[in-house]
Amino acid sequence: MAKQVLSFTVNDEPAEVLVQPWDTLLEALRERMGLTGPKEGCGTGDCGACTVHFDGKPIASCLLLAMQARGHTVRTIEGLGKPGALHPLQDAFIRHGVPQCGFCIPGVLMAAAALLTENPRPSEEEIRYGIAGNLCRCTGYTKMLAAITEAAGATAGRRS
Amino acid sequence: MRRFELVLPGSVDDCVKALAQAGPESKLLAGGTDLLPQLKNGLLKPARVIDLSGVPRLRAIEPGNGQGLRVGSAVTARTLELDRAVRAKYLSLAESGALVGSVQVRNLATLGGNLCNAAPSADMAPPLLALDAEAVVTGPKGERRVPIAAFFTGVRKTVLAPDELLVELVLPNPGARSGGSYLRHTPRRELDIAVVGVASQLTLANGVCTKARIALAAVAPIPLRATAAEQALEGQAVTPDRIKRAADLAVEAARPISDQRGSADFRRHLVRVLTRRTLTTALARASA
Repeated sequence: MAKQVLSFTVNDEPAEVLVQPWDTLLEALRERMGLTGPKEGCGTGDCGACTVHFDGKPIASCLLLAMQARGHTVRTIEGLGKPGALHPLQDAFIRHGVPQCGFCIPGVLMAAAALLTENPRPSEEEIRYGIAGNLCRCTGYTKMLAAITEAAGATAGRRS
Repeated sequence: MRRFELVLPGSVDDCVKALAQAGPESKLLAGGTDLLPQLKNGLLKPARVIDLSGVPRLRAIEPGNGQGLRVGSAVTARTLELDRAVRAKYLSLAESGALVGSVQVRNLATLGGNLCNAAPSADMAPPLLALDAEAVVTGPKGERRVPIAAFFTGVRKTVLAPDELLVELVLPNPGARSGGSYLRHTPRRELDIAVVGVASQLTLANGVCTKARIALAAVAPIPLRATAAEQALEGQAVTPDRIKRAADLAVEAARPISDQRGSADFRRHLVRVLTRRTLTTALARASA
């Protein structure tokens, strides 16, 4: 079967890539575009390691076919911040020493960034709910909470 | 993943044509949160997958007749959770949307997917039963309407013919003095499947209940209405004693099985507790 052309926007740049009809968005990003920040953990939408923003909303990129992203806007961890211009969440994660093995961290950061965009000053309960779809098997949730709480204060302050 | 041909229709008519050409070897893809795992593990091996994400009508939420609402079958759980028009009059449906999966799953999972998978535990089914919703189904012979109570025919079975498509759900206006609630029990708070789910909807006039609806999930092969419990409330003032009586009657409507999620006895207990709680909340919301 013939490959199809996927035209979409990735990390603020227009992109065109050839994909198989059965490729997931995660596979297209990782295998065909070299964006290996999003990870495949479970492949069934349970772990959140593959979280990317799809039209600004967090999704499990392992559950979307690549061609379903045609015409849409995708942001991966590679487009969240850059060295020297980190997102406040990335900065807080580094200072709090959140990552242990690090595998879940791109997904957690994307989920947390989406949460703060929708709700700049979330309660602890809302933060827990916002990252409920992200599993960390190093069980580093305590530091995640601290870092997200601190970054929320910073981003909310910056906006007001 | 196993290979398949992917069809990308842009309209409901194109979907119907694609279904007619594809035959039984095809699968409709909406949010993919149930379909993709089954394609990956080989449980399903369709030759053709028809993607519904490019059909605007299926993603629309629009006013319906008589101040009701029409909700497209590809509207996501997250949209149900947050949409103002849904929350204003159909709060139990919004609550069911908020309970599905994680936010990453809710941004993909759709109302139509939840219904067409027809799991006995489907969270969005009880609110729709309690709201007297109708399903709009289309196929080569045109559109037809199916009351949601007649939509499910068995475990993972619906009235949809292989060449038919669920287009939207029509929600009648419940009226100003109406309130609803959906609750479920799960061992974990997130990313779990209902052991039992209960939706209640109460409509009041002059202190009397003019309409009561109680719908149960995961206690029978299909989502059920507890009609004897509803009748025990209608035409009377809703008091704590009558709510308790209705909860007892709802237990009699349940036909639960024992499985790894819970025993039949535990499920009956949950029906009693969740019916009481959802009726109490529905009453407060109807009275507000």
